[in-house]
Amino acid sequence: MADAVLSRRQILRTGALGGAALFLGVNLRSADVALAAPGDNATFKPDAFIRIASDGRATLIMPQTEMGQGIYTGLAMLIAEELDLPLDGVVLEAAPASDKLYGNPIFKVQATGGSTSMMGYWMPMRKVGASARAMLVAAAARRWRVDPQSCRTEAGAVLHDPSGRSLTYGALAGAAMRETPPTEPVLKDPSKFRLIGHSHRRLDTPEKTNGRARYGIDAMPAGVRFATLASPPVYGGKVLAIDDSQAKSLPGVRQIIVLDDLVAVVGDTSWAAMRGLAAIDIRWDDGAFANVSTETLYNDLEQAGRSEGAIVVDTGARDSLIGDGVISARYELPLLAHAPMEPMNCTVHITPGHCEVWVGTQVMTMTQRAAAEEAGLTPEQVTVHNHLIGGGFGRRLEVDGIRKAVRIARLVDGPVKVVWTREEDIGKAPYRSVYGAWMKAKLENGKPVAWSHKAVGPTVVGRWLPPAFNGKIDNDAVDGAAETPYDFPSSFVTWVRHEPRGVQTAFWRGVGPNLNIFATESFVDRVAHEAKQDPLAFRRVLIGKHPRARAVLDIATEKAGWGGALPPRSGRGISLQFAFGTYLCTVAEVIVADDGAVSVTRMTTAVDCGTPVNPDGIISQIQGGLVFGLSAALHGRITLVAGRVQQSNFHDYRVMRMDEMPRIEVHVVRNAEAPGGIGEPGTVSVQGAVCNAIYAATGVQLMRMPIDQALIAKDLQA
Amino acid sequence: MVSMRVNDEMTEVAVDADTPLLWVLRDLLGMTGTKFGCGIAQCGACTVHLDGVAVRSCRLPVGEVGDRAVRTIEGVGSTPVGARVQQAWLDLDVIQCGYCQSGQIMAAAALLAANPEPDDADIDAAMAGNICRCGTYVRIRDGIKRAAQHG
Ligand code: FES
Ligand code: FES
Repeated sequence: MADAVLSRRQILRTGALGGAALFLGVNLRSADVALAAPGDNATFKPDAFIRIASDGRATLIMPQTEMGQGIYTGLAMLIAEELDLPLDGVVLEAAPASDKLYGNPIFKVQATGGSTSMMGYWMPMRKVGASARAMLVAAAARRWRVDPQSCRTEAGAVLHDPSGRSLTYGALAGAAMRETPPTEPVLKDPSKFRLIGHSHRRLDTPEKTNGRARYGIDAMPAGVRFATLASPPVYGGKVLAIDDSQAKSLPGVRQIIVLDDLVAVVGDTSWAAMRGLAAIDIRWDDGAFANVSTETLYNDLEQAGRSEGAIVVDTGARDSLIGDGVISARYELPLLAHAPMEPMNCTVHITPGHCEVWVGTQVMTMTQRAAAEEAGLTPEQVTVHNHLIGGGFGRRLEVDGIRKAVRIARLVDGPVKVVWTREEDIGKAPYRSVYGAWMKAKLENGKPVAWSHKAVGPTVVGRWLPPAFNGKIDNDAVDGAAETPYDFPSSFVTWVRHEPRGVQTAFWRGVGPNLNIFATESFVDRVAHEAKQDPLAFRRVLIGKHPRARAVLDIATEKAGWGGALPPRSGRGISLQFAFGTYLCTVAEVIVADDGAVSVTRMTTAVDCGTPVNPDGIISQIQGGLVFGLSAALHGRITLVAGRVQQSNFHDYRVMRMDEMPRIEVHVVRNAEAPGGIGEPGTVSVQGAVCNAIYAATGVQLMRMPIDQALIAKDLQA
Repeated sequence: MVSMRVNDEMTEVAVDADTPLLWVLRDLLGMTGTKFGCGIAQCGACTVHLDGVAVRSCRLPVGEVGDRAVRTIEGVGSTPVGARVQQAWLDLDVIQCGYCQSGQIMAAAALLAANPEPDDADIDAAMAGNICRCGTYVRIRDGIKRAAQHG
């Protein structure tokens, strides 16, 4: 998501990560740290991230939220690598709310998203580990009266080989606290890595196999009551009147709450509350958006696409893109819900002067501030307990659910857990926006000499993190368009800001590149087709400055058996990308039935995300990212009629299931470049690869997601 | 008052007998390992065993449990098949966010108890009712096969 503050590429290129490390306060030993890391004097707590007790027990404080992406394991590996700390038995704890101590180096706020964690924390976390190690070594050397240089560390202990002495970190905990942290901690030479680059089993999973893991929805403060809510069916609507005569008499219903834009029922169980709410007849004032439909959204988008937009790249393509021989196409993406498996929920307890919140959130401090605003308190009066997240995908970067829960909790005596039904979760949420891309290219002698890409869509960054948006160009919205793996002799890339009516837009796994890579890669195939060239050969010639792109292209196509014979109405399609600091290529293989039904049979991905910190974790993220993208390509659509979302649950908002799964192969390139993002790239590659495969299988290029099988049925084509 | 056997222990709960088992487990017994995902038997997050058979607890009124034994994710590790599935899940690092995985493990354990050597089609049939938004299906399939081999 968000190329916030500085674009990620800028950060990578200018080496601003060093600055980020300082920002993180590697050597910070302020009162804040003591607060963030309470413990007795014998606990070694050199910074906001590490605590080692005198008995040797190590706790690492995780500034990023674990939502399945494996970041707890990845960040712990970075610290443990430099600290020479054994990972087994390490306790991982979610960080409390504090932008100052735990702000994401890229966003500057305590947020987890945009595939930024490993990019942002790669150096800072290693420095945290190295700095702590230096203090432990210094403490041991002082005790032994030897030169610190003659000591080494291994598996949680400092060793002095010449004298054969050793002390565990636990034994050194108190003494190390009195040492001064180094100003510039020395990092390990990558050739000495014993953790980084080697697959490590995830640290957060044992409790996820036996029911002991606690997600936000599992919070059970003593005396908690259970609530559920109904928001207006049309965005911006209000409650007109309710009839709760039936609901009141149902068993287990305790309280009915009516606010200007929501109705909630509190019950003895969540189900009692849900049954109670269903029994209430609510009349809504639909407000301004009662006549918005999917059609309206696409018409508006088309209108917006006529404007010029802000210029992102201009290397002189404009003049060549008129007249004969210009190929043009428009690609569109629909509204989508996130539908994480854990429905939205938030537990709140308000007492005089204090508000306690239990939730799983990607944005700790925003959650704290939102709760404070709604409770009429200061952020310091709000305690947020973060939890594991049962799927984020961008949904838990939003705090709408926290605001609603706090507003309800203000009227409830004692703690209340607000759980949304799946119908609310799918039907009344912030959505991935509709997007459109207008593409043009000019071919001369079989080569594209000019290329243009106009991306049209909202700025989510502009609302979510206003300082990160300069008012002209949203870096996320043009990521994957502004820079492609290809060397076009001339390009013209523009962005039109367009905020759709009647929906709240949100980040969604893959963010801006979802549109831009889909459009670019589809259009590359289209132009290759016009040039009567093989899509692989055509791409190879176009790749210039990005040898890493060529490498993933070659690996993925070779492993996928590119060029090998296929049955009729089958095809392979390529999608190649550079986004989130990561190079990735996916080859999809499909069979299109005569009625147009698409089976994706195989996905082969090659990925180069720089140093692979936890290679098996990377494979896992790509596998999952591909499935997430397949759900969108094959089934994903939220549609509106009279301002109302027509989908409500998994029967009509379909997602991938086991019996639709293709074979998936992931190949990870190893190198020593700085890590790129890995949560989103897999998802981003799917639409282009699958549509290009369908194009190869049927000769029809699909321009709007999700796949419309009517357009590729055989009788229609005959 | 409803009484039932959950993970080999008798439990009594004062609750309206229409209440689905899911919410009795979660909200009244504090056994939060069983998850709510859809409430309409579409996602499998709430899967538990009733006399060893996988059922969707979100649609099962607690009054209908009767004397059938309820087993949940908190207790599945005490069955040999359940323990094997859990171990396979760890060995292959199946899990991402984990929210769907209680249901996946329960469904997989019931499958293996009934069919110790399922093929891909058997796995599709038994597992297609369990959604994983994180997309861990590749590893779930491998996990089931691994648990079967180690049986
Ligand atoms: S919650 Fe029961 S099947 Fe989804
Ligand atoms: S592991 Fe997240 S939904 Fe399955």
